Amino acid sequence: MTAKSTFDAKRPHPVVIAAFIIPAFVLFAVILLYPMAAALGFSLFEFKGGLNIVGFNWFQNFVVLFTQEPYVTQLPRAFAHNLAILVGTLILQNSIGLFLAVQLQRFGPLRRVFQVLYTTPYLVSPLVVGYLWTLLLSPTFGPVNAALRAVGLDALALPWLGDPKTALPVLILVSVWQWIGFPVLLYGAALAGQSPEIHEAASIDGASGWKRFVHITLPLLTPVIGTVSILTFIGAMESFTLPYAFGGATGSPAGATDVLSLLFFRESFHSGASNALGMSSAVATVLFLFILGGAVIARRLLGRYEENLT
Amino acid sequence: MTTMIEASTLPESRSLPTARAPRRRRRRFSPEAVAIQLVLWVYAAISIVPLLTMIGNSFRTHFEIASDPWPIPTNPTVENYVNAWVRADFATYALNSVLITVASVLLSAVVSIPAAYALARWRFRGRGGLESLFMSGLLIPFMLAILPMFYLMDFLGLIDNPLSLILIYAANGIPFTIFILTAFFRQLPGELEEAALIDGASHLAVFWRVMLPLVRPAIATVLIFRFVPIWNDFLMPLVMLRSRDNYTLGVGLTTFFGEYQTDWASLFAGLVIATVPLLVLFIIATRQIIDGLTAGIGK
Repeated sequence: MTAKSTFDAKRPHPVVIAAFIIPAFVLFAVILLYPMAAALGFSLFEFKGGLNIVGFNWFQNFVVLFTQEPYVTQLPRAFAHNLAILVGTLILQNSIGLFLAVQLQRFGPLRRVFQVLYTTPYLVSPLVVGYLWTLLLSPTFGPVNAALRAVGLDALALPWLGDPKTALPVLILVSVWQWIGFPVLLYGAALAGQSPEIHEAASIDGASGWKRFVHITLPLLTPVIGTVSILTFIGAMESFTLPYAFGGATGSPAGATDVLSLLFFRESFHSGASNALGMSSAVATVLFLFILGGAVIARRLLGRYEENLT
Repeated sequence: MTTMIEASTLPESRSLPTARAPRRRRRRFSPEAVAIQLVLWVYAAISIVPLLTMIGNSFRTHFEIASDPWPIPTNPTVENYVNAWVRADFATYALNSVLITVASVLLSAVVSIPAAYALARWRFRGRGGLESLFMSGLLIPFMLAILPMFYLMDFLGLIDNPLSLILIYAANGIPFTIFILTAFFRQLPGELEEAALIDGASHLAVFWRVMLPLVRPAIATVLIFRFVPIWNDFLMPLVMLRSRDNYTLGVGLTTFFGEYQTDWASLFAGLVIATVPLLVLFIIATRQIIDGLTAGIGK
């Protein structure tokens, strides 16, 4: 009796199963998987305006992408900017985030208040964040430059977003400002989960605070640091809204904030070329392989590390 | 003051091993502890002051902002909000944003919850493959498919129709919703459904009346979590919508920033309008958001 009902409990009528699965599957397949597959496939075709196919042209679109103007200049430049965003946010988020999380750990009672304060910018849309900082950093009335002048730092009262030299660093800082709550919360949760006994034992054995941090806290945190880093990688490679708010679709000033997804957006909707679909699909394919490949490799490395840890 | 801190420490310290308590008390009065407290507060100010400036300036006039950078409103005015809300159509944009976000979050949940349940509790051929297919969606950058998506919506006659965004956002939420909810459905004890089935309940009734109520907190977390990125998205509406009447707050904000370039006060008000719904959500659901962000870590 029990055996039979267990059997039934796990295997309802196929029609019931289908009714449960099919709506999600159809929506997912039609709206996301099919266009994604199409984008990858279209990269191998040449088009003459919109969806009209001229013919299959192997890897010609990729050859154009890697050898002809404007791509030869714009693609490496955008890529370098994405890389700078990745490296900058990785270093700043992990160091500041980890520092704040560790310190909050020691000051128990107020932890929740600080966590909420640090997380608030994360809830503001990146578009609002971009426009807000454009206003705050405005050279004509921006309170940031006014504050710098008030404390005698007139030399630092610069047109931060108007100068190609400072625009990208500002973009990185603002992006860190927005996302810092995320590592603070994740590292905080991971630290709270570390058993105090290990730390007690180490301090009885005479390990100093810094030694305990380097040899116990940090290795135990590595899986979480890895997770944060993978998400940072995906975020940095896909970053679109903040650069768009700062410099529009062309990444002004002078392409200083141009990134891969802006390039992809321009290629898709602003180029006006008859083969726009083919070229934008080629850009999409390169980005797709890079982002997915990077995430998968990083995840595998992380998995190997965790295996060694246990 | 000291007693207040003592009192608020109590519930926390109960769960900690007693050996930690004396060390903590000593640290509170050391210069190092004071310095660190100071750093924590300074960073809190860095996080929050720009947002307070946005709110403060939204209640000041253009002239006040231009002449005095200090963002405290001396004669608070709501004129900027009237400007943004009425003259610049923010009322329409906000309504569109709310409708699109709520509809897509709900549609996503309605299709994903049964699928997650079937994947988690039932055995059938192709289950593993289906689950990995849905999970792959967590890693694939679907933004890259935006041009084929545009042609698909064009084919369906949904360009400049909010339904295009609802379908895309709902589909986008499926991998995440299934990922979270299968984990919760799997944790439920099998005896529950067996007992109900022996009592003669159908599979549908077991799902609806027995299992679903048990994962309600997880569903709430998923709904809140999907709300934020959809509300904040701006690329999809930029591409799919044409007419002003259909604009969401994001696209509305970009045109607003073009047209009101020199009316800084109204710009601040527009930013606040686009932000308030999320802050309200955060205040209502702080615990769910923080727990959701850190789910599965340190447990």
